Amino acid sequence: MVTLTKDDAYAVAATVADPELPVLTIAELGILRDVRVREAGTVEVDLTPTYAGCPALEAIRADVTAALRESGAREVVVRIVLAPAWSSEWISAGGRAKLSRAGIAPPTPRAGGPVAVELSVRCPRCGSLATEELSGFGPTPCTSLRRCTACLEPFEYVKAL
Amino acid sequence: MSSHASGAVVDPPVAVYASRLGDDALILAQRLGGWITRAPQLEEDVALANIGLDLLGQARMLLSYAGEREGLGRGEDELAHLRDERGFGNVQLVEGQDADFGEAVARLLVFSAYQLPLYRGLSTSSDATLAAIAAKAVKEVAYHRDHATQWALRLGAGTDESHRRMQAGLDSVWPFVDELFEGDDLERRLAADGVAVDSTALRAEWSAHVGEILVRSTLTEPAPGAAPATGGRRGVHTEAMGYLLAEMQHLVRSHPGATW
Repeated sequence: MVTLTKDDAYAVAATVADPELPVLTIAELGILRDVRVREAGTVEVDLTPTYAGCPALEAIRADVTAALRESGAREVVVRIVLAPAWSSEWISAGGRAKLSRAGIAPPTPRAGGPVAVELSVRCPRCGSLATEELSGFGPTPCTSLRRCTACLEPFEYVKAL
Repeated sequence: MSSHASGAVVDPPVAVYASRLGDDALILAQRLGGWITRAPQLEEDVALANIGLDLLGQARMLLSYAGEREGLGRGEDELAHLRDERGFGNVQLVEGQDADFGEAVARLLVFSAYQLPLYRGLSTSSDATLAAIAAKAVKEVAYHRDHATQWALRLGAGTDESHRRMQAGLDSVWPFVDELFEGDDLERRLAADGVAVDSTALRAEWSAHVGEILVRSTLTEPAPGAAPATGGRRGVHTEAMGYLLAEMQHLVRSHPGATW
């Protein structure tokens, strides 16, 4: 039996990909909040949902558990923590760059109000700032649908939350 | 807090309060799910499904917490699927069957404009779990209200036909508005302890938002009805509720313990 340190365990959990935005790991998405190693090889992981009803959370729970068990954890306890609530600001700089390369526009900074003012979302394909919203709700809870009026391509945008 | 003046032991008030809010979200989520494949455009199918999913997520958290505080070993699934109509404490507004898309927009506008200030207030509740759930949900509901607002404006200020339908939808849901803000003893006692939000205090913000939308969309505020709805919080529901529950609960009740 390998003895996992906190850093080892965090590194393993951090490699798990988000099932709905698979270009991002759960660490880059900002939903992996903490990892603790207890005596007897028990690892506790804190995850926070992006949206309350996000159906990916159960898949992520299973993936994190499997990854840690494979790396030597005897027992894995995944806790869903609600506070503080996830914010799209928690997506890492590296994560934002990966989203752009995958054709998904990263969130604009939040502008304070209850619904963020969308300050010129950049087209992830041609870079134009001339884009418009097609629908406030996209294929996953955290994305909306937009279209670039320069290159005419539709794209997904991770909503500011 | 767990006993009446008579000494009779009742459900812990916090459990009742959380289940009321959870039932609002659950029942509207079920109604919105009914729009999938029937919305006027594909993007709207996706939008209503997403809004329903957000509400379902909120319902799961609120009902799980209600079950925990109730202490009878009931979880979110038991509360959602194994209670009868009289056991549900949702407002009657959310259970109505939409006649058309205009009515769906009117219902979502009226409800989200109520839920937004409610959750904003609850996010500073002295109950840490309710505060965390509300802080999470308030961000989602801001998008719901924005979505309903955009549609109300488009339909109200659109063609004669879209205006007529949006107005008819508003007329249909209007008798259910007062119930949102009526409050009761349980809510007042919890609000005094800083746990709940006094719903009677939410009406001003609701009226300001909805009133502005009515003006901008050239819609007319319906006259107050002769018999405004009441009773949902006490388990008294409209005819639509039984049919809704039959559809929502039949699988779990017909196949107890089924999993996939």
